[in-house]
Amino acid sequence: MNTNEHEHVIEATDLSRVYGGGFEAVRGVTFSVARGEIFALLGTNGAGKTSTVELLEGLAAPAGGQVRVLGHDPFRERAAVRPRTGVMLQEGGFPSDLTVAETARMWAGCTSGARPEAEVLELVGLARKTGVRVKQLSGGERRRLDLALALLGGPEVLFLDEPTTGLDAEGRRDTWELVRGLRAAGTTVLLTTHYLEEAEGLADRLAILHEGRIAASGTPAEVTAGRPSRMSFELPDGYFLGDLPPLADLGVCGHESDGNLVRLRTRELQRTATGVLAWAERAGVELRRLDVRSASLEEAFLGIAQEQEVMA
Amino acid sequence: MSTLTWAPTGRRLRVLARAELALLGRNRSVVFTALVVPLALPFTVRPALDQIDLKKEGLSIGTVMMTAAIGYSLLFAVYTSLVNAYVARREELVLKRLRTGELSDAEILTGTALPAVVLGLAQALLLCAGCAVLLHTGPPKAPYLTLLGLAAGLVLSAALAALTASFTRSVESGQVTALPLVFFSMIGSGIAIPTEILPDRLASVCELLPLSPAIRLVRGGWTGQLTAFEVLATVATALAWTVVAVFAVRRWFRWEPRR
Repeated sequence: MNTNEHEHVIEATDLSRVYGGGFEAVRGVTFSVARGEIFALLGTNGAGKTSTVELLEGLAAPAGGQVRVLGHDPFRERAAVRPRTGVMLQEGGFPSDLTVAETARMWAGCTSGARPEAEVLELVGLARKTGVRVKQLSGGERRRLDLALALLGGPEVLFLDEPTTGLDAEGRRDTWELVRGLRAAGTTVLLTTHYLEEAEGLADRLAILHEGRIAASGTPAEVTAGRPSRMSFELPDGYFLGDLPPLADLGVCGHESDGNLVRLRTRELQRTATGVLAWAERAGVELRRLDVRSASLEEAFLGIAQEQEVMA
Repeated sequence: MSTLTWAPTGRRLRVLARAELALLGRNRSVVFTALVVPLALPFTVRPALDQIDLKKEGLSIGTVMMTAAIGYSLLFAVYTSLVNAYVARREELVLKRLRTGELSDAEILTGTALPAVVLGLAQALLLCAGCAVLLHTGPPKAPYLTLLGLAAGLVLSAALAALTASFTRSVESGQVTALPLVFFSMIGSGIAIPTEILPDRLASVCELLPLSPAIRLVRGGWTGQLTAFEVLATVATALAWTVVAVFAVRRWFRWEPRR
């Protein structure tokens, strides 16, 4: 065991999960999350995010590999792990005919060391909905109720499976603020998302899952490093890609054109952008729909999906 | 399990049962079936009973109707209403969500069953008292057998409900999957017709049905007709069914909807 400061509260080693029909949803996933860290599992639908998180939550046993949460097996040693974790499933989980207050009271009664229900409902902005039945809540309100109950026991480790899906922009920002506040208080958070800006803005580290495997992992900066930046613009009629200075001289490492639209990939964004703009200035050409962007998670994400397709 | 862990178990069962009771009360069709059917159905068999020479079998209209009512209570207030509850909670992912918390699997199943089981018990005790007074059955000759029978019937009805729920895909299909047990118990376990009037060979097979021991003990406790050997055999059958049902639930219960 490491020192407390670098203690890994979640450790997944070579995890695999196979469903009844033989479908292999998780194929050898390894990562660890340190105490107080926000870790995001990123991936398209069907990439294996939920299947992986359910193994960490201890809802299912892995077909292969090992899970340790707070030093215990979350599936076999449920009683040791559950009082210290909070879980928000991807969807549902509450009887539709109970009110918000009744649901919270039931959860509080099943949670050791529970905070007052009113406090967590206030925290997620549901304080005025206590008398409303769950079935009458909007999708976003249900997500927030779920989050409130996951926080009820003051968990050391929080699992959030797509916590902001179905929330509007404001609700999403509120949730992000809340999660950042939890990290500040020392909570370890593992979340899944398919919103790239959520992972980029929130996570200390992340892993991109693709077809049940980790395709890339690290801090957002590490994952995007080495990914090319992009520049795109539309040439006026009568101009073609060949009219530009030689692309290699501009530092371009890849290009495609679609009608008048030109897309360039480069690892030297400033050199490429300067070269193209200087040429346009000299030639008196107006570049419409000009877009210059440095590498982001989105490039990394799309790049990974494309690379896998090429390999397939 | 150490004594330390029992206090939270009690508290968790209580809050779960309380929530489940609220849900039960909000489901009108289940409430109707659970409350009215056990009281109304026994009267439909009364004309038929008048045709049978019950005296010869040592029975009376009162004891037959009382066991019928208790049997219907087990089947409709406990068994079918719990099939409904387990399936509904599973399909709404409530069971899966509960498993992410501190409750053990046994606590989840027990807490969910408690309101229906208590309702069934209250109904049975009320029916016993009502029949004793209104149908002149008098007090039971061996009340502990009646209570033992009730306990066995309640536990087994709940366990069989969980087992039935395991292979029931939706609340609607529960109306079909619950039918076999309801039907065979009514005919074969001495609920709709006393097993005493069945042919001997058929009767001895019917004694092995899951709810037969419970009904037999309830009725035997009232009439005092069971020999010590018969009591032992009946209790053994009840125990065997309980063990099988609990094992089957642990093995096959589904906590999540099928994908």
